[in-house]
Amino acid sequence: MTASFRILRSPTIAGLAGIVALAAILEAAINLGLVNAQIVALPSAAVAAIPALETEWNVVEAFFVTFGMTAAATAIAIALGVPLGFLLYRRNTLGEAYEGWLAAAFAAPLVLLYPLFLVILGRTHFTLIVMGFIPGMIPIILQTRQGLATVSVTLLNVGRSYSLAPRQMFWKIMFPAAAPSVFNGIRIGVMYTLVNIVAIEYLTDFGGLGRLVSDMYFRYEIPGTYASILFVVLVSVVFYWLLGRIERWLRPV
Amino acid sequence: MAQARVIRGAVRAVPGRAWGGVAQVRILTVVACLIVWEAFAQSGLFYRDVVPSIVAVAVAIAHEIAAAAFYKHLGITFAEVGVGFVVGTLVGIAAGILLGANPFLRRACEPYLNAIGSTPKIVFLPIIFLMFGVGIESKMAKGALSGFFPCVFTTALGMALINPVLLRVGRSFHLTVWQTVAKIYLPAMVGPIVVGLRLGLGVTVIGVLVAEIKFSDGGLGFRLINYYEQFKIAPMYAMLLIMFALAAAANWGMTRLQDRFDYQRDAEGRKRSAAASLAATPR
Repeated sequence: MTASFRILRSPTIAGLAGIVALAAILEAAINLGLVNAQIVALPSAAVAAIPALETEWNVVEAFFVTFGMTAAATAIAIALGVPLGFLLYRRNTLGEAYEGWLAAAFAAPLVLLYPLFLVILGRTHFTLIVMGFIPGMIPIILQTRQGLATVSVTLLNVGRSYSLAPRQMFWKIMFPAAAPSVFNGIRIGVMYTLVNIVAIEYLTDFGGLGRLVSDMYFRYEIPGTYASILFVVLVSVVFYWLLGRIERWLRPV
Repeated sequence: MAQARVIRGAVRAVPGRAWGGVAQVRILTVVACLIVWEAFAQSGLFYRDVVPSIVAVAVAIAHEIAAAAFYKHLGITFAEVGVGFVVGTLVGIAAGILLGANPFLRRACEPYLNAIGSTPKIVFLPIIFLMFGVGIESKMAKGALSGFFPCVFTTALGMALINPVLLRVGRSFHLTVWQTVAKIYLPAMVGPIVVGLRLGLGVTVIGVLVAEIKFSDGGLGFRLINYYEQFKIAPMYAMLLIMFALAAAANWGMTRLQDRFDYQRDAEGRKRSAAASLAATPR
């Protein structure tokens, strides 16, 4: 008894226990008729629906479609965002001119532009990638500029005292010093890219997991709807975890 | 050497010093965008009407603003955003205070809150539609769900980061619980809570609009998607511009509010950089 209380002192175990307890309470409430099973799926039924989700609806393929489009959009966002952030840092007038606009665009409901992109580019995966990389690129540009502009003067003076060439100054001092800020931009960018891609998949019934959630709801497959939502949560958890691992790998201390 | 000059220039840059150049760049950018847009509209590169002329969009905006139906839909969206924002942020602040005050609870809940917080909230729409129907209530619920997460994160973080020295000083003065809340917690929490409210309002607006686009019979999102489905492209662009302007106005208002309480403002009164105000909580 004492040992089990000791285990529960671990926040991780207590959190897991809380989730299991919540699922058990929900299962009991639905079975007792306190919660309508036509609205909330039995947790056990949602888990049991996962094999059917794969055999009939290719959920793993949908997972990789969403994952792949998010990865492609992120790669484009990094490839364009980091150089643009560097440009806005080097040309301070451009930086001052565009920084406020970019921040405003970041707060704007860019996902609402999807009808415009559908009209111009069509209902394709390319459209989803384009709509994914735009909101993802903005924080990368801003954080790259911010990271480079706030490199410690002491570090720069050390570089000057060693008479480093401009290229050496950039690669040996500025870029490593700005890396945490750039990575923060990438982390925010990935999450916004994923959000926009899944949102447009859901709104247009096209693509990967967002389309699957919409399909399940239209067919009134309640356990399947909940199970497919779990897969979307899984994608964001995987991205979150991967980014954490990469960040720790880049910054071991 | 040139590199070093650029470095010094950027690090010591004072916003506004080169305002003339900044204004020129901005005006040139706007003019260039308008010219490119009009060139695309007149070029025939796209299907007819896909890129309408600037004049057609301006006329559509004027028609939209003059239409009585627009204000009916605007009222619906305002009501949905208002209720969703109030409910979501109040619950978020309460949950944030609870988590911030209890480190064990925070560590136990954090992985799950992070997982759901970083998940696109739009995928929860089917559950919300099942629970609340496809009327105005489901849009309010979606707005509340979107607005909840920024508030819970910023409030919990703000609470956890209160300087323990302040709390010890309060104890040494034998402050009552209410005095501790009023004199120490509230002043320290105003900044993070206002940040959460600003982020929360932005995501609530977006959450409500996307819910209207998916299933609704009223609201600005409904009007937008109606135009799209009827291939009324100029009014569609007009609606998009109006919605962006409304979202920008809401963000501007909340940013001004945040500036009033900005505890991060330094002694020289310099404004935060745009990068520092980015939200890490997707909608």
